[in-house]
Amino acid sequence: MANFSGQLINLFAALLLLIAFAMLSQRRVLSLINLFALQGLVLSVSTMIVANSSSQHHLYYSAGLTLILKVIILPWILHRLIRKLNIKWDVETLFNIPTTMLVGIALVVFAFNLAAPISQMAGTITKGTLGIAMASVLLSFLMMITRSKAVPQVIGFLAMENGLFFAATSATYGMPMVVELGIALDVLVGMFILGIFFFQIRETFDSLDLKHMEKLKED
Amino acid sequence: MNYSGILLQLFQDTLVVLIAPLLLGWVNQCRAWLQNRSGAGVLQPYRNLVKLFHKDAVLAHNASPLFRFTPYILFACMWLAASLVPVIATDLPLSPVVDVIALVGIFALARVFISLAAMDIGTSFGTLGARREMLVGFLAEPALLMVFFTAATISQSTSLVTIVEALAHKQFVIYPSLAFAAAAFVMVLLAENARIPVDNPSTHLELTMIHEAMILEYSARHLALIEWASALKLLAYTTIGFALFMPWGIAEVGNWRFVPLALAALFAKLLVAGAGLALLETVSAKMRIFRVPEFMGTAFLLAVLGLLIHFLLGSN
Repeated sequence: MANFSGQLINLFAALLLLIAFAMLSQRRVLSLINLFALQGLVLSVSTMIVANSSSQHHLYYSAGLTLILKVIILPWILHRLIRKLNIKWDVETLFNIPTTMLVGIALVVFAFNLAAPISQMAGTITKGTLGIAMASVLLSFLMMITRSKAVPQVIGFLAMENGLFFAATSATYGMPMVVELGIALDVLVGMFILGIFFFQIRETFDSLDLKHMEKLKED
Repeated sequence: MNYSGILLQLFQDTLVVLIAPLLLGWVNQCRAWLQNRSGAGVLQPYRNLVKLFHKDAVLAHNASPLFRFTPYILFACMWLAASLVPVIATDLPLSPVVDVIALVGIFALARVFISLAAMDIGTSFGTLGARREMLVGFLAEPALLMVFFTAATISQSTSLVTIVEALAHKQFVIYPSLAFAAAAFVMVLLAENARIPVDNPSTHLELTMIHEAMILEYSARHLALIEWASALKLLAYTTIGFALFMPWGIAEVGNWRFVPLALAALFAKLLVAGAGLALLETVSAKMRIFRVPEFMGTAFLLAVLGLLIHFLLGSN
């Protein structure tokens, strides 16, 4: 049974990595938000399986928190935001997706190598998935770097938080409850503040493209 | 080598060549239903073949012998490929002849000949189709090989029979790497069989066609053989997919009683796969030709990821 749930966790970890790559290559803002919600769902289910197989009961709360926050509330806020900003059908031009993908593969290899010695020391059922967790953190980084619009960057940031959460679950069966609650609150508040920022940025520059913020002077 | 194996091999050879148009007909019928049309029935590909075989062939004046041989080579390649995949049983005497890499080679051989034949007449459409086919083919091939390598690293062998036996008759294990490989394989299948996101099998619009552009000059029995070979190719790819990703139900070595069961399982799987393929084609839109490299790049990426994940998770 423990073996089977271990395999299930591995499967969900692989799915998480797949979704990270899908987000990296997704052009539409709307699909990006849906992918983010899906990632939250996968994360929450895998956390529940970990909780069940390792009988760490506080992980149930984390999974529930993830479900409520990252599958329902945050996507709902993002949906509302892009509807209000009128960028629901926005399509971003990304530079050369195959190249980004190749860089992504290199990052995955790097993360797997980096995680190998750590996961050998860990005694958890999820030790193999640490590499995947680090890879999804790095991929979210890459996504934030390659995007120029504000909303996809924020989604990249949130996806990175997902990756960190997964890393914590796979290395040490999650963080203490206080820390987790604090992070959840931070993400929620951060989302609200960034939502306000979006409107400010658009008001100042007439677009959500962050390239305009690189210039210090008006010309 | 025993007689039962030879019998089984002969049975499979006849089976694949006979049911290949049926699968195509089923996919087309499902597509028709999904698009709110009544459809031509699952037997329409057979009727097409009969009609084409009864017609007189027309050849261009400047057609070389290559142009005439190619349909036969194509048909032979695809038949060979389809009969080498373990479909209902694993003790096929022909199977040790090729492993998965040689199988990719057989597909490549067919592709080279059809492209040469397309350029042989010298019409611009043929050349255009051949170029596009080569573009898709050279991007799809590494992805296909990577899919095979993922399955091969799990079962420690590149022989398709060993892979099937390792996956079907051992203890049930979830391989996340195979899920990635399966996604990549579906993408390769769509590209290689001229299905919708990459090519539209039912159009003659010159801007979009790939496969149809190449066979534009063929008629009558040549065209029939090529159409049949395409159906066989689709069947071969589908059964390779079954062998790699859902090999359950295949009869074990020397176990004759399971052959009817395996046959039933095969038909059930084909029904589901055909409907799934039709659904996939209906919900997706045809891509621009210059988006195809991106599509195939994604397939390659998925296959490589599958391999990487196998090395990460398979070690513990």
